[in-house]
Amino acid sequence: MGFGAQHHTVAPAGSRRAHLRNRNFSPRHTYNLSAHTMPTDPTLIQAENVTREYRLGEALILAVNQLSIEIRAGEFLALLGSSGSGKSTLLNLLAGLDRPSSGAIHVHGHNLAQLNSEELARYRRESAGMVFQSFNLLPRMTLEENVELPLRLSEVERSERASRVAEALDRVKLSARRRHRPSELSGGEQQRGALARALVNRPSILFADEPTGNLDSVNGEQILLLMREFQQSLGMTIVMVTHERPLAERFANRIAVLSDGRLISSGVPQ
Amino acid sequence: MKARDLTELAVRNLREALLRNSLTTLGVAVGVASLVAMLSLGVGLQALASQRLTRSGLFDAVFVTSRRDIRGPGQRPRTGATPSSQTKILDEDARQKFEKLPNVTEVYPQIRLVTEVRFNGTSYNTSVLGMPESSRASGAFEGITGSYFSSPTADEAILQIEFAKELSDKPASVIGQTLVLRYAERVPVTKTASGLSPELEAAITGQAPSSFSVVPREKSLRIAGVIESDPSAGVGGFGGARVFLPLKTAENLHAALPNDLQNFLAPGATKTTYTALTVRVRSPKDVLNAETAIKQMGFNTFSLLDATRGLRLVFTVFDLFLGLFGSLALTVASLGIINTLVMAILERRREIGVLKALGATDRDVRSLFFAEAGAMGLFGGLFGVVLGWLIGQALTWGTTIYLRRQDLPGVKISFVPWWLALGAIGFSIIVSLVAGLYPAARAAKLNPVEALRYE
Repeated sequence: MGFGAQHHTVAPAGSRRAHLRNRNFSPRHTYNLSAHTMPTDPTLIQAENVTREYRLGEALILAVNQLSIEIRAGEFLALLGSSGSGKSTLLNLLAGLDRPSSGAIHVHGHNLAQLNSEELARYRRESAGMVFQSFNLLPRMTLEENVELPLRLSEVERSERASRVAEALDRVKLSARRRHRPSELSGGEQQRGALARALVNRPSILFADEPTGNLDSVNGEQILLLMREFQQSLGMTIVMVTHERPLAERFANRIAVLSDGRLISSGVPQ
Repeated sequence: MKARDLTELAVRNLREALLRNSLTTLGVAVGVASLVAMLSLGVGLQALASQRLTRSGLFDAVFVTSRRDIRGPGQRPRTGATPSSQTKILDEDARQKFEKLPNVTEVYPQIRLVTEVRFNGTSYNTSVLGMPESSRASGAFEGITGSYFSSPTADEAILQIEFAKELSDKPASVIGQTLVLRYAERVPVTKTASGLSPELEAAITGQAPSSFSVVPREKSLRIAGVIESDPSAGVGGFGGARVFLPLKTAENLHAALPNDLQNFLAPGATKTTYTALTVRVRSPKDVLNAETAIKQMGFNTFSLLDATRGLRLVFTVFDLFLGLFGSLALTVASLGIINTLVMAILERRREIGVLKALGATDRDVRSLFFAEAGAMGLFGGLFGVVLGWLIGQALTWGTTIYLRRQDLPGVKISFVPWWLALGAIGFSIIVSLVAGLYPAARAAKLNPVEALRYE
């Protein structure tokens, strides 16, 4: 297994990433599966005919139904859809939190569906960062202890941890709040703290499940600005679930729309 | 996750739910305390019994008599008589041979004479016994009023309290006073019937210079102390003496003993002979080897080895049952650990989900819960040992008060040896880890998606 942390570089001027940085997103656009512009970077995640079904009593629920999608390295993909469309389930599958009932999800050349729980945990630890709608900072720990947690799990040397935590908190401009507990932070600060925790291990992919869902518009925008900065400066691939279309259109490179567990459109915001 | 990080997280988690975890840990501590108190009682009582029996000098000693004796202590009547010419004499040579045997610490004769003592002009018939120097350290004279003999050759006596009461209404008042011992001294005859010295005659005739005469003597002894217990208690009539002298002092009296006449008639008896010798060994387990070796030398032996074995068996069974009863409380406490950890899983379901989302493996989560259970076991064990020791001390204290009211000396009935303390802590950790098995496995199996959804 080779889920080692990738080396991120700042995108050079004139590159695809630099171009995306200055891009204007039109507020209205159409999604065309055949016509969307794919980034030129290689495919990082490839989901093929992925199905995730749940049994609810006698009923069989198809949360994700024969869905295929490719995500390029360095891409900011927004998954849009109504409630129950399967976007969070798809995100969990891509993040290695859940396993598909059938189909394959290839990341870094490995099929997540075939990994054992130990290998999946390693993938989540080394390649994926997670941000949740409800922040999910551990209330018993201070902000810096929360941010340090992935480093503990990755068995990073103690001597290195402090500088990595400081760097991550500095990126989200929360250095002054590092000794505070989550209950002493605002919603925006908590989500920024969660972002710092997600990037401290230098993952190649950031999975965000409705990261602005519990925030006001100002804080929501700040979070997305930070995420875009990570994408551009660190070369991170971002997969974000949201139901806020305007924000998705402003910040994502591509928007995929799901309905009833199927991908109904995917394209670049116009 | 590294062990240090795991420990830090576990301790932090325990600190957060302080009251509940403290109560659970206290439950473990009470369980361990009951186990420690029970076993310390068993160990203490065993030590007390062993100590008392050791003081009697029976369990680490082999009593040796000559086969010429009609019947030694504990011996069955013999069916066939041994020709006197073939019997071994219990003399100084034999004593030196015994001293060279492995693990033998001391060999001393029994010098005991029933004779007359005078105190303040009144005569008393009593039994006098020489005590070896080892009795100073063995605890045989523990609780003495006054002091032990000032030296191994001191002209001093220690009186048994019943005898001291006969001498004075206030037994302690006799200490420092003088007791006169009257006895018959065995004096070698310097001239034989032929007019030659016994040695010269022996050289000419080849016969032993065994002639002696008996002369009445008196010896003044300072009373050094009074003892309540009977330090000479023992088997085969060894006990019951009322005046004790240092063994060397008793030997130097050269008092005529009951076996002198027998030795006088024995061929080849050229040196001091003894009625019986006590061979003391390092520990009761050395008794068998010493006894076998002495038997092979041609002497009668007797020891209470079998009695010791029986005593050990009784106490082992006693300890086993005490341990079982003590463990019951720990078993109940382990249910408390299971309950606390299962509750913690419910409360920390979301936290487990977050940990897994951040890359914690099932093993990490399991280890975390294990570490928490182990920490409760460790702290409960430590506290429990202290609590158990305190309970033991309280029992000793209460028993001592009761015994003092009955005019009996206090005893230490509880003892916590290091192996019991360490064993109890180890057992507490093991029980806690076993109790943590189910909750830890349950936490590890949690689906991260479901755990994250939990409110």
